[in-house]
Amino acid sequence: MPSKDNKQNFASLRSEILAQSGKQYWRSVEEYVDAPEFAEFVKSEYPSQADQWDNSLSRRNFIKVMGASLALAGLSGCVIQPSEKIVPYVRQNEELLPGKPLFFATAMSLGGIANGLLAKSYDGRPIKIEGNPEHPGTLGSTDVWSQASILNMYDPDRSQEITFRGTPATWQTFMTQVRGAIEANRADGGAGVRFLTETITSPTLVAQFSQIARELPNSKWVQYEPINNDNAMTGARLAFGTPVHTVYKFDLADKIVTLDKDLFSDFNVRYMKDFAKKRTFSQEKQEINRLYAVETTLTLTGAKADHRLAVKPSQVSEVAKALATALGVGGAAPVGLPAEATNWIAAMARDLQASRGRSIVVPGESQSPVVHALAHAINGALGNVGQTVIYTDPLSPASDRPQVEQLRELIADIDGGRVKMLVILGANPVYNTPVDLKLNPDRLNKVPLRVHLGQYIDETAEHCHWHVSEKHYLETWGDARAYDGTVSIVQPLIEPLYGSKSIHEVVQVFLRENFDKTDYDIIREFWQTQNLNASAPRPVAAATSGAANGNAAQNATGGRTPGNAAVNSQNAAGQFAPAPSGNQPGPTNQSPQPSAATVNQTAQNAGAQGAPAPTQTGTATTNNAGGNFEDAWRRVVHDGFVPNSAAAPRTVAVNPAFLSQPDVKPANTGELEISIRKDPSVYDGRFANNGWLQELPKPLTKTTWENVAFVSPRTAERLGLNQNKEENNYVGGEEGTSFVNTKGGNLFSDLVRLDYQGTEIQKDVPIWIAPGQPDDVVTIFMGYGRTRAGRVGTGLGYNVFDVRRSDAMNYGTGKIAKTGAQTTIASTQTHFNMEERDIIRVADIEVFKQHPEKWQQPEHYDESMYPRFEYNGNKWGMTIDMNNCVGCNACVIACQSENNIPVVGKEQIERSREMHWLRIDAYFTGDDVNNPKGPHFQPMLCQHCEQAPCEPVCPVHATVHSAEGLNDMVYNRCVGTRYCSNNCPYKVRRFNFLLYQDWDTPQYKLMRNPEVTVRSRGVMEKCTFCTQRIAAARIEAEKDGRDVRDGEILTACQAACPTDVFSFGDLNDPNSVVAKQKKDPRNYILLNELNTQPRTTYLATLKNQNQEMPDYKALQIPKNHAPETADEGKGEPTESGH
Amino acid sequence: MVSVVVLAGVAGYVYTQVARSSYMTGAFIEKQQPVQFSHKHHTGDDGIDCRYCHSTVETTATAGMPPTQTCMNCHNQLWADSPYLEPIRASFRENKPIQWERVHDLPEYAYFNHSIHVSKGVGCASCHGDVANMPAVYQANTLQMEWCLSCHRDPAPNIRPKSEIYNTSWDPSQITPDQRREVDEKITHLRSSSILTSCSTCHR
Repeated sequence: MPSKDNKQNFASLRSEILAQSGKQYWRSVEEYVDAPEFAEFVKSEYPSQADQWDNSLSRRNFIKVMGASLALAGLSGCVIQPSEKIVPYVRQNEELLPGKPLFFATAMSLGGIANGLLAKSYDGRPIKIEGNPEHPGTLGSTDVWSQASILNMYDPDRSQEITFRGTPATWQTFMTQVRGAIEANRADGGAGVRFLTETITSPTLVAQFSQIARELPNSKWVQYEPINNDNAMTGARLAFGTPVHTVYKFDLADKIVTLDKDLFSDFNVRYMKDFAKKRTFSQEKQEINRLYAVETTLTLTGAKADHRLAVKPSQVSEVAKALATALGVGGAAPVGLPAEATNWIAAMARDLQASRGRSIVVPGESQSPVVHALAHAINGALGNVGQTVIYTDPLSPASDRPQVEQLRELIADIDGGRVKMLVILGANPVYNTPVDLKLNPDRLNKVPLRVHLGQYIDETAEHCHWHVSEKHYLETWGDARAYDGTVSIVQPLIEPLYGSKSIHEVVQVFLRENFDKTDYDIIREFWQTQNLNASAPRPVAAATSGAANGNAAQNATGGRTPGNAAVNSQNAAGQFAPAPSGNQPGPTNQSPQPSAATVNQTAQNAGAQGAPAPTQTGTATTNNAGGNFEDAWRRVVHDGFVPNSAAAPRTVAVNPAFLSQPDVKPANTGELEISIRKDPSVYDGRFANNGWLQELPKPLTKTTWENVAFVSPRTAERLGLNQNKEENNYVGGEEGTSFVNTKGGNLFSDLVRLDYQGTEIQKDVPIWIAPGQPDDVVTIFMGYGRTRAGRVGTGLGYNVFDVRRSDAMNYGTGKIAKTGAQTTIASTQTHFNMEERDIIRVADIEVFKQHPEKWQQPEHYDESMYPRFEYNGNKWGMTIDMNNCVGCNACVIACQSENNIPVVGKEQIERSREMHWLRIDAYFTGDDVNNPKGPHFQPMLCQHCEQAPCEPVCPVHATVHSAEGLNDMVYNRCVGTRYCSNNCPYKVRRFNFLLYQDWDTPQYKLMRNPEVTVRSRGVMEKCTFCTQRIAAARIEAEKDGRDVRDGEILTACQAACPTDVFSFGDLNDPNSVVAKQKKDPRNYILLNELNTQPRTTYLATLKNQNQEMPDYKALQIPKNHAPETADEGKGEPTESGH
Repeated sequence: MVSVVVLAGVAGYVYTQVARSSYMTGAFIEKQQPVQFSHKHHTGDDGIDCRYCHSTVETTATAGMPPTQTCMNCHNQLWADSPYLEPIRASFRENKPIQWERVHDLPEYAYFNHSIHVSKGVGCASCHGDVANMPAVYQANTLQMEWCLSCHRDPAPNIRPKSEIYNTSWDPSQITPDQRREVDEKITHLRSSSILTSCSTCHR
């Protein structure tokens, strides 16, 4: 059969089913199986169905039939292409060259913290997110959520219009109605008006709310989101009597202690970057920092830590007390800590004493206020304050009251019938409020008028009268504060795809005057009243801020790689210069339908509109003394942040009175402690409809598409959970091996009923055995159990907000009961397993320094039968420094975004058919399953072997070598034999078993990277080293008549990585970073004995253990890593020869 | 048996000829455009440089199609009332782009970049033919991969002096000694044919 027919069948079948059920997207592949006609189709679809071979069709007949269809296929390959149109602009923008990407500075906010980004735009369509190298919050790197946010913008499930009781309405009607209601409320000063938002740090929005507070003095503004700073702020009040925001300087810290804080799965890219700066090991910098992690579940920080102490959630405060006592802070003596833990803490305290002023103790958000207060006191006692720990004003207003208390008051007001109008802006309280303060439909119905602004018709929108579709941050003007208070400007990249409005525009409607303003005017006019050239520190509360702590100046030069100012551009200068605002897609009231013409139309609108004229120029000049506002504003928009606007440091003194206060702990309702965490992929559930994030293997478990509950191996055994397994299936003894259980156990999970503080989670909870989890502690994850997330995220997983309580927000007690049922978990941990070979290399830094030669590998190059190919031009290669890798997954999503990688759905993942070109393998080591080392993370992608095993087995030359050493994949030649994948020892090839790409949804057409082929069904694909970026850089260099500069090419994973794990460059250039790293003694080749000569090599992980710690156990270089030809007594032959 | 082989051979030959024919490749077929634009008149007779309209040919992957604005630069004065130009004026008036028929259509998986070819000394005519003498543009070559490769294997014959890149009527036999030296210099800076014929040079 010619493949075209099948493709059409598939497409038509899909659209048919979609039309029937209204379901769509990749997860539906799983649902498709339910449809009888689809089951039939799918059955014959899978190539592995050898039993489908029809016996009546003999082999000879088959050849005949195939011969005929092959000939047809051959002819059909030469069909005349359908005629295409060229649609140029009517009036072209000067800077907008077709096919040339532009980068615009913008910022994404999460939890009130903004990360400065550069969005890459092709012909007016943003297609990729990179970090803004000059922004203090990112320094050019990104995280998973920023990377995946592009998919959110193009999500076809987004709410697309303004609705009143579910029927479409216009913005004019909305304004008229809502303003009428406001006027009715003016008489009593808006006593019945409530605004509910998430954490807000936007100076403009704060100013707008201040205006509302002046006009409606009795109205109230409530901030609530499930992941918040309540504990930190309450802790600061305990310690200092006033709420302060803490900024840590990990780039100055030699010793770091985390108290249940996961540094590496937060939105804060800068902290990861700073940590990596201190963690990097090179021949020039032989000292690395030391990380102690005290934690209540397995986290990325614990995985990276040199010493890890797993304790129950209730014991973290005892650990903090013990540490405080050991450091002479005073306070109550810890109770209930085991002796090992006490020794551990004492040894750690001695180590911290040795690094006074160069250490940090970081408490986690989920820890009780007293832990935060103790951490402040400890940092003070260690002399860290002012050095590595800086205090500033809180970034968000109303930080003096916990968000939960604000919510409690709102709920009380609603219950008391005092709320006449509730305006919910961007939040989803119906889903994510605590169960005892649930803003459920019953409560909502007591409010006569409910307005909701959001990107989705979600659980909350469903129960509101008015719903206004919210602009994505790539469509809106706005501002927000970075982790250190630096004001970041949010700049739109594209006309809103739908008739959406920004939060600024909606809030403006509630003002007495100038209520109908565009977000551009609102933002610009606010900044006209502020000093954009701030040079002196200003308090945050004044909404302007500005601090001269040297941050910005220092950061401006903080590029990723040496000699690489233009971090994200493959091309030379010019890309970084976004046009003046007249050339940027600006705000207009038109909303073009997503269609092929959108691109042009958007550009035209932007061009025709030009820079909106300022309406309040009068105030500008006075406040921008000595500078022209327009110049300053353009520079700020261009740079993406206001210079020197970081919050000013504050001096606060610890009041030790809190030390005598008792620690409040949740009521005891069961034998297990249960802690609640945010999900590493979907956060608090807001990213539930993002297929990239759903399919992203969670860093520690590699589970996808749902949440599980962690228990320790010992607890699982005691409770009889997931017990149909053998221990040696999931722990590899001294050999590093992937922590898997392929025979039941983890992949088939027992379902349990989980009771938390007396309430049961409605859905059954699958259990996952997590090595390193403290005993008798269950960890459950937020973000799932959504009922109105969209076609991707609805109905996945269990909902933690069924049981989360305002008096036990982060941990509590409870019990679990086996239901007897099991479920399958789509985990990629078992996939593409390389078994017990010399794969992961970890050693203590001291051990390594003594014998760096022990890691030398034998050279097999000359053992080939063929003569060497001489690579005379560029010789591309990559190194992956695992010592820096924290497993945050940003590279995986960056790769997916850059290379148009599809989402396949849970059912296909269970069949090991995920398409990620780059995966991060997690390897546990150690012989104690309850307290393992690691996991150690290893990004795994095509190794671009010089003697690639995949190449000789391809019958159609679809994978061949380029003259620069890339292992090229030619999609058009591929016929899908999958021989290459079978022969790949690294298991990095991915096959399109089905038509995973969505070819039809118009939004996705806009999103794809035009420089990368969109693959179809039946084609093999894999990492290309971002060959499109290489080509772009090569062409620019050739045009300039020079060589490609080192650092000019950044692969997508490299550009995204917050910890500088990847290096890419020319191996023929001895001065390139990658060539130097290849000479590092830590450098090693994976599966060297196969003599594949990979261009990608790895740098081993080093641990900086403290020899005085009771759990110190030197990590030796294993014998099978030693060179074959080493000196006597030093090495022994490798385990596996060649 | 012999006849089968002969028949197969003939069939194979016919197949290759059909595949290369202009019926399959679309070569030498003039396309009707929404505006009767003549390259022969504008470039050949009036001497307007290619880059006046195809302005990004030296900087980006695409040569660039002129916005309606470019047409109106002249035609708001010249032939401003001509009925032939009504589609242009309508486009400008109504802010609707003109939809031109694409003549040279490479497959989506081929990533051709104009700027590097021009920069290396490949003239417009090498691919597009003598456009300055085409009243209606047609595709002068097959645009098949074998045709691309014929040059990527040995680019030297197609390298021109800088001054003649946009001269589609240039006759290489009229090359001057100075130009010869310039071309020879350019040829030494070309990438090796093994790099130029690597798959990832054109396919991504």
